[in-house]
Amino acid sequence: MPDTLAIKRISATPSAMIPLSSLRSSGPVYSKLVDISKCIGCKGCEVACKEWNDLKVEQTANFGSYQSHKDLSSNTWLLMRFNEVAVGDDDVDWLIKKDACLHCEDPGCLFACPAPGAIVQYQNGIVDFNQDQCIGCQYCVSGCPFDIPRFDKETKTVAKCNMCIDRVEAGLEPACVKTCPTNAIQWGLKEDMLALAEKKVETMQRRGFEHAALYNPGGVGGTHMMYVVPHGDRLEDYSLPAHPVASPMPLSGLNVLQRVGSYLLGFGVLGALGHLLAFGQESAEDSEGPGA
Amino acid sequence: MTNHWKDIKNADVILVMGANPAENHPCGFKWALEARDENGAQLVTIDPRYTRTSAVADKHLQIRPGSDIAILGGLLRHILANDLHHADYVREHTNASFIVSSDFGFADGLFSGFDEAASRYDKTSWRYEMGPDGFVRRDMTLEHPRCAFQLLKKHYERYTPAMVAQIAGCSEAKFLEMADIICSTGRADRVGTIMYAVGWTMHTTGSQIIRTGAILQLLLGNIGRPGGGINALRGHANVQGATDHAIVAGILPGYLGAPTPEQTTLRAHLDASTPKPLVEGTVNYWSNYPKFLVSLLKAWFGDHATAANEFGYQYLGKQDGDATWLSIWDEAHQGRLEGFITLGFNPLLAGPDVPRLLQSMSKLKWMAVIDPFLLDSAEFWRAPGMDPAEVDTEVMYMPTTHWIERDGSFTNSGRWTQWKEKAIDPPDGVRSDTWILSELFWRVKELYQAEGGAYNEPIQNLTWNYLNPREPTLPELAKEINGYDRATGRLLDSFAQLTADGATSSGNWIYTGSYTEAGNMMARRGTDDPTGLGMHHDWTWAWPLNRRVLYNRASADAEGRPWDPTRAGIAWNGREWIGDVPDYGRTTPPGGAGAFIMTEEGVARLFSSELADGPFSEHYEPVESPTTNPLHESVAINPVINWYDGVRETLATEGDDFPYACTVYRVVEHEHFVTANVPLLVEAMPDFFVEIPEGLAAEKGIENGGRARVWSKRGEVEGVAIVTKRIKPLLVNGRTVWTVGIPVHWGFVGATRASMANLLTPYVGDANTRCPEFKAFLVNVERAEPRST
Amino acid sequence: MSMSRRTFLKATVAGGVGISALGFDLRPAYAAVRQLKIRNAREYKTVCPYCAVGCGTIAYVHGSGGLNTTKTIIHVEGDPDSPINGGTLCPKGASQMQLAISPRLRKSPMYREAGSREWREVDWDFAMEWFARKFKESRDNTFIEQDTQGRTVNRANGIAWVGSATVANEDAYLITKTMRAMGLTYIEHQARI
Repeated sequence: MPDTLAIKRISATPSAMIPLSSLRSSGPVYSKLVDISKCIGCKGCEVACKEWNDLKVEQTANFGSYQSHKDLSSNTWLLMRFNEVAVGDDDVDWLIKKDACLHCEDPGCLFACPAPGAIVQYQNGIVDFNQDQCIGCQYCVSGCPFDIPRFDKETKTVAKCNMCIDRVEAGLEPACVKTCPTNAIQWGLKEDMLALAEKKVETMQRRGFEHAALYNPGGVGGTHMMYVVPHGDRLEDYSLPAHPVASPMPLSGLNVLQRVGSYLLGFGVLGALGHLLAFGQESAEDSEGPGA
Repeated sequence: MTNHWKDIKNADVILVMGANPAENHPCGFKWALEARDENGAQLVTIDPRYTRTSAVADKHLQIRPGSDIAILGGLLRHILANDLHHADYVREHTNASFIVSSDFGFADGLFSGFDEAASRYDKTSWRYEMGPDGFVRRDMTLEHPRCAFQLLKKHYERYTPAMVAQIAGCSEAKFLEMADIICSTGRADRVGTIMYAVGWTMHTTGSQIIRTGAILQLLLGNIGRPGGGINALRGHANVQGATDHAIVAGILPGYLGAPTPEQTTLRAHLDASTPKPLVEGTVNYWSNYPKFLVSLLKAWFGDHATAANEFGYQYLGKQDGDATWLSIWDEAHQGRLEGFITLGFNPLLAGPDVPRLLQSMSKLKWMAVIDPFLLDSAEFWRAPGMDPAEVDTEVMYMPTTHWIERDGSFTNSGRWTQWKEKAIDPPDGVRSDTWILSELFWRVKELYQAEGGAYNEPIQNLTWNYLNPREPTLPELAKEINGYDRATGRLLDSFAQLTADGATSSGNWIYTGSYTEAGNMMARRGTDDPTGLGMHHDWTWAWPLNRRVLYNRASADAEGRPWDPTRAGIAWNGREWIGDVPDYGRTTPPGGAGAFIMTEEGVARLFSSELADGPFSEHYEPVESPTTNPLHESVAINPVINWYDGVRETLATEGDDFPYACTVYRVVEHEHFVTANVPLLVEAMPDFFVEIPEGLAAEKGIENGGRARVWSKRGEVEGVAIVTKRIKPLLVNGRTVWTVGIPVHWGFVGATRASMANLLTPYVGDANTRCPEFKAFLVNVERAEPRST
Repeated sequence: MSMSRRTFLKATVAGGVGISALGFDLRPAYAAVRQLKIRNAREYKTVCPYCAVGCGTIAYVHGSGGLNTTKTIIHVEGDPDSPINGGTLCPKGASQMQLAISPRLRKSPMYREAGSREWREVDWDFAMEWFARKFKESRDNTFIEQDTQGRTVNRANGIAWVGSATVANEDAYLITKTMRAMGLTYIEHQARI
């Protein structure tokens, strides 16, 4: 049994400054794959996430949407976002997206974090926040290209999805994956998820979604929660950034290292996989000029 | 469901209409998406709203609430006009060839036999023409002008795409696109399913909507086949089982008829309930009715049920007329009902016309409410607008156990009866349903013994031979339901073993085989699926006899060859049927007896005299409608619905200002009202809301996230406005009609409190089931000012 | 490909941290090792209480219920073996533990007198005595042995029973058996509404 929690990077330690994403991980590397065409927006994942992780119930109020909260919070790590989009004069698309940490291969949050050990990236792909070490500076918040981490005013720490690391360690899938009623969220080895994504893109194209595509942006080295998007040409409607990059590190002098890391990525392992995939390819090119 | 959840994966076309499974049955809905992605199936929704189901469908058609029969009738016409039906199936397995009496007719919205004074039909003209041999005359060419097939064709000829569009408010082109998909399965190598729910049943034409769907499926040859069927998606954990066990007016367990006053003797009841075959050689399974009824009476009254006392037949109350929900509350409204007991239910929020319901409840002498939660119904006397001092009803609330504190079985929508384990103990102070019921039984029985009173022989003679008579266990009851050979005490394996002479007992014949000498079949958890079709015969148990697809004989042709060998329900291999548990005896060869063993015709009915409002369906407007009936203005609404006193005055009429169609529904985050007690779900969907189309909201100055007031002639609600693109204006019969939508989940007790949707809904029901017309009524809407907090 | 619940039992407990690819021992830097909360729980196979899909569920319970222990439900999750739901659950199913142990659950009968504005807590003996007495009174007041045409009808029209679509089959059966024997004909549950 491989060590499922071997560490890859730790914030504010030399491991965070030296790009490792080009190195093959020793153990299994996991990913979620969210098939947006199968998502019914039931919030099963949102509720299962809170239940499993014992996150506080928050007071919400309907603000003119099926969406429960306006935004993520330190106690809501996963939020279903609902967006009605007119199609022509007469039709409508109801685009529903699971919003949560994407677990970047090059985690902007970790690069930005000045607190040793507050953010840990495992070889298996999980990027975890360790509140015991968090100093509440919120640099991670600005470092994240997906606007995911949230500061908790009470505990003065930042929190986000930890991919149910306790479950993954025990060989279980994350709670959101397990509960998803339509199996829109899949879980497995990243290479298997990439193969599955390819099949799903084909299925969607057969169903008439000619711009269906995988979302696994190379600007952050690829992610460990990937999406298959029916309308790959309308990423903004899903509030998915088209060209996310790991933000420049606030700590001076580390930018160079990040550039090196991203450069290596471009020609590294994920770059090789990326040729299959529109976004992979695009972002592989992007990654030659990171920090932009 | 004729089929079951996992079977939906076998379909080529999935029509979701009158249902919203992505929201109300998410985990069952996965099989629709599996079919979509793995089989290339087409998934389509027809609904007044674009729902979360529509969001993942291939196509959606928006229709006006209450126009379902127009749409379905249009689909029937599309099939018949273009010869898209499965001809062999229709000839072999339906009554298409049956000749109907020349007295039958239809004109100006009325079928023959209408009795205007009584608002009912005399059905004598709705019958088959009988031959000299005593059986029905048939024309297997289906060309006789009075055969059911030709009558069907003629009846639905009027449902042209233009007429459909005029009634439903959709475009002809979009209707035809939808029709092409839905009607593409009338072939041996294709199969389609229908998923429906209370969006069909909750209309004054509800039963006929379902019948139209069934006719559609019969014409396409989809009933009885894996991936086919007509599938009612049921909404509570054991709503199927509670119905099977007859906590329902008018029936006894296993869908036996409750006795009526005219059936003065057991013999009269059995004669009226046991049909004669209409075609030579049919199985006519209900000919076994006497065995089922006598075995039930033996289960209830044991040695006190003998041939000499008609097996206790006279112990059963004989109801004169309807005894369903609306009639019960009408009795209360008229001051005739004294006591009301409710268990595991929140009647005040569930029923239509809450203002009327509150009046009715206030006229009761007493009410007993048995539930884990102190719910709105128990506190009706202090509902908004009520003065407790004016309510003389005594109320007792009794806390009872939860599902997870008991074992016992739930029957799901697909008839799978699943035994569950008890996980935790109930808290101190809480009693089980069984304890409360037993305690009531014993105390009432003892009061009668001590004091005498009204006729109570059945109470004294009721079998109650449980190990602990004050709290029977659920396995004991499960065995009683299954039934015994009374001489040997052995549990029975099959209802085929039941007899009409008192030698056997069975509390519910359709459950015989669920708990046998081999053990509790419902507790099985085998996962094998040798059919590959998802039947999983070793996973728990399905009624009847562990059959997974009802009417499965119709999945094969006359010789017993499956229509589609890749999706064979059952197949005759020369010696026996293989596949699912067959409708027939496993070794009964094909031929002769018809596929539909429960009908006296032996085939399925395109033409049927079973329903009160016609042998075919007809589009009638909801009792509150924004338009006249374009098919026949003089008969706009269903002519045979029942009118309770004072109800007509509570409906919008010409001149009242209620211009908008309204419908009510659930959302995925809540289950009716009980989830108001679950913080995570209140967080996920916190507030009552009103869905208002963009254009209407703009007209009224209502902003998204602002507040709106909605009122009908009966009551009003107020809540957050969700201004949406998902409901479009419709052009109905020449005028624009807007639709407004309202979820039902809120009450005045619980962690989330808001308007009760049923303040708005009308107190009128389907002509057959009296299921209330929740799904289509009229309202007005205006902007409301923000709440001061 | 995807992990199942079954595999976790076989999985060894990883140390929680390991040696980085560069060879640094990073163990001291990371202290928070989360315990799997269901690791020592006992599993009970049950069925979701909400809609009629009939999702198989597993209730995870701590404590034996024996002397000095109370069985405490800590989590409910879908049963991966179920051919119906394959381990999945919707938001209602996923939060059903909160229904099972809601602080809003009641522990005592309560009685409201005619015209009263308040509830009064009563004991079970009081509740059942009231219940049986009211039941008999109304039954006696309204029982019809013969109708106006002289036909034996033996029905108790003054009392209605409604519910429930949420009780087990066995309870449902006992409700029908008892109420029919009492002569009730106004018997309904959620199916119609």
